[in-house]
Amino acid sequence: MLTLKNIKFSADEDGQKNILADINFDFKAGKNYIITGANGCGKSTLAKIIMGIYPLQSGQILFNGKDITKMNVTQRANAGIGFAFQQPVRFKGLTARDLLEQANGGKISTGMACEYLSKVGLCAREYLDRELDNTLSGGELKRIEIASVLARNCPLNIFDEPEAGIDIWSFNSLVDIFKNSINANSTNIIISHQEKLFASADEIILIADGKIAMSGTPKEILPKLNNFSKCNKLRGN
Amino acid sequence: MDKLDSKLLQEIADLHEIPQGAYNIRKNGELVARNNVAGIEIVTKQDKPGIDIYIKDNTKNQSLHIPVIVTQQGLNDLVYNDFYIGKDCDVVIVAGCGVHNDGNTANGHDGIHTFFIGENSRVKYIEKHLGTGSEKAEKILNPTTVLHLNKGAIMKMETIQLGGVSASKRKTIAEVLDDAVLEINESILTEFAQTATTEFEVNLNGANSRVNVVSRSVAKGTSKQSFVSAVNGNNKCFGHVECDAIVMDKAQVMSTPALQNTDADANLTHEAAIGKIAGEQLIKLQTLGLTQEQAENVIIKAFLKK
Repeated sequence: MLTLKNIKFSADEDGQKNILADINFDFKAGKNYIITGANGCGKSTLAKIIMGIYPLQSGQILFNGKDITKMNVTQRANAGIGFAFQQPVRFKGLTARDLLEQANGGKISTGMACEYLSKVGLCAREYLDRELDNTLSGGELKRIEIASVLARNCPLNIFDEPEAGIDIWSFNSLVDIFKNSINANSTNIIISHQEKLFASADEIILIADGKIAMSGTPKEILPKLNNFSKCNKLRGN
Repeated sequence: MDKLDSKLLQEIADLHEIPQGAYNIRKNGELVARNNVAGIEIVTKQDKPGIDIYIKDNTKNQSLHIPVIVTQQGLNDLVYNDFYIGKDCDVVIVAGCGVHNDGNTANGHDGIHTFFIGENSRVKYIEKHLGTGSEKAEKILNPTTVLHLNKGAIMKMETIQLGGVSASKRKTIAEVLDDAVLEINESILTEFAQTATTEFEVNLNGANSRVNVVSRSVAKGTSKQSFVSAVNGNNKCFGHVECDAIVMDKAQVMSTPALQNTDADANLTHEAAIGKIAGEQLIKLQTLGLTQEQAENVIIKAFLKK
């Protein structure tokens, strides 16, 4: 349902400093993918290229058979791609309800809004009218960010390090979200370092040196990943 | 009252029909309708244009609407409204002014409101200003609010200028006595070549007096805004002023804080921020399917709490 062809991305104009050298991949419908790799390997860059946040310098992206390479962020969002940011942005005046409303196409019932907040482990009544400003902790904001993606109900969801900032006690519910809360027909791409999440994936993709170093089921990849990490400092953090 | 009057009243005072409670509706300098209720009496001033409002001690859960509309070209409606609020009251006062102008001569309204708030009374005061009609026709609003908060009084003042006002000068002067609390929330939107000036002078004269001023503004086009906030701490007190402005296009905003203490136990703070809408805020909303323009509107609406 999502095909990446010859994706290249450089940090500088003359293309010398490659972040992504040549990425080719075919994501299948209804599967959970984890993209992992060392800090700075280009995982988040790839996620942002798929969403259209970073301009694609070279290559092609097909989504459900349609070439979306030249589409902007809004067009890709409306085509059915959802994106949860690693570091959610704060807004003065905008409430959790406002955000969920926009995510749901401009309108949302209180019941539905509460349901999305409950799914990310927040007591809905307390949070619905909270402003997304600096009165919220990073973890609270992160959960609302994930809820905003759930509220979109997209065929493709991208989560950039969803576990970052979420406390360990709530971690199981996060795993549960990827297993049960998202429409079974949707495809999820999760950028993550967190091994606990790896088991929930249908497929794990390892990025190293700007390329896909390996990909496969957790059963295939996890043993190799351990060896790989020892040599390549996978866990850079 | 015609359709235009009803529309203005709805915008500035959320009035769909004649309000509940006490009211005084003024149009083009003339009284249109008035109602007194138990505890609230409105009396026309004899020496100058305006009204005196007497609210008796212990008047609770009552509301007062005093909207003004100006639709006549060339008219500058000057009015003095004095509010005498007794002890232990709990009331909501909705003022506001809608000015409509399609012509070549300016019209407007200068409302000078003075509040004497009795001990331990709570007052919520909402003042909405709106200009409608042709963009080029001048609509001018210069409100002055003078506040005297007696011991233990609490006043929450919300001032909202929703747009369409060519020029406005708002002046608010307050005296806050022992244990009294003043909260001011201001929202201003200017566009085209409009100008808006706001000046606050709050004198925290009482022990444990408090003030919190929060101003949020959006300036578009080539509009200009100026915000001056002076807080004088003359006792053991707490004062905080916050000015947050979003600028778009070629608009300009100036924020001038002036904090001063005459008492060593005064605690006064100020924060101000002026800037464009953050790019990452726009991108977040774009990932939800909004265009840049829609995203800007959502951000501004929430920011100004419209």
